[in-house]
Amino acid sequence: MSLINYASREINCKLVYYGPGLGGKTTNLEYIYEKVAPASKGKMISLATETERTLFFDFLPVDLGTIRGFKTRFHLYTVPGQVYYNASRKLILKGVDGVVFVGDSQLDRMEANIESMQNLYDNMAQHGLDLTRIPFVVQYNKRDLPNAAPLGQLQEALNPGWPVEDPARQRALVDPNRPGEMLVQELDGGWVERVPYFEAVALRGDGVFDTLRAISKLVLKTIG
Amino acid sequence: MTGASSWSFREEDATRIGALLNSLLREANARTALLVDRTGQMLATAGEEPQFDPVAFASLTAADFSANDQLARMLGENEFGALFHQGDKDSLYLADVARRVILVVLFDNRTTLGLVKLRVRGVVEALSALFTAMFARESAGEVRMETGFVGEAEDEIDKLFGS
Repeated sequence: MSLINYASREINCKLVYYGPGLGGKTTNLEYIYEKVAPASKGKMISLATETERTLFFDFLPVDLGTIRGFKTRFHLYTVPGQVYYNASRKLILKGVDGVVFVGDSQLDRMEANIESMQNLYDNMAQHGLDLTRIPFVVQYNKRDLPNAAPLGQLQEALNPGWPVEDPARQRALVDPNRPGEMLVQELDGGWVERVPYFEAVALRGDGVFDTLRAISKLVLKTIG
Repeated sequence: MTGASSWSFREEDATRIGALLNSLLREANARTALLVDRTGQMLATAGEEPQFDPVAFASLTAADFSANDQLARMLGENEFGALFHQGDKDSLYLADVARRVILVVLFDNRTTLGLVKLRVRGVVEALSALFTAMFARESAGEVRMETGFVGEAEDEIDKLFGS
């Protein structure tokens, strides 16, 4: 839930990186932390286990600067990916403004991806939030690995599209990041919508900022 | 189910809250009072300027309170309405306000936990009434920024995150 603080002239928005364990959520944040100008970032906090697996969350505040008199800041969070940390995952989603799903492209992680996506829908629903109605993008990480699944297969499993019921939104929408591909289109007599997706190799930073740029713009559109 | 919503915190809210927090600090002889939203955002501070990063502090406070809420439920309690963290010199007392906000009081050995607890109780009631009214106001209409905000914000995003 974005907070517009007229007293301190601040706007804060919460972005959550979600996905299966060891998929690269923390790596995304670490890369952002490394590359963003020092004046624009706050302290990065990692509540991790001794083996550096995320136990509760990672947190990184990023300042966008002052826009129309308001200091605008994104709070970036990751959740622990391991299945048994669901209680922590659910807590972090409280008040979320935008979600990035970091999928692991490796073929043998397909099941873990699907399970995590289902878990995301369920946890959002428990907060009374509909994932199809909030800013949401998907990142397919580890595209450089030899056992990476083809994009089409990942899209079919994780971003197959949902029916668009609202007549006002039943109009063709081109994916601005992928010329020739559609975000909203008519298929077999019905309208379907997919979310924007990005390929990434988070370890070397490929696709990390494309993803962050897309989700932050989507979130700001909801308050402007 | 809904999409994400926004809420706002106005100048007059800050003034009223500031007055309540300052009187709490005087009566409890505490150092700093902070109000943190349950999603991890700092709303207001009063008293001595905190010597720590307030953004990180707010995020950890919300996580702390949420984790303890879950522990309470495991015990069959609805919630732990308040938490106490004791340090050698500085201690923290945290109390729930209207299920949406957390009041944090930072104090040292110039006062006692008992006095802080006593004074917080009264202020929590007043703050709860204030926040309940604020949330009722917000749910009546959606909060939006002025026209032109999104365009400028997008330019900044492109600059900071590369286009």
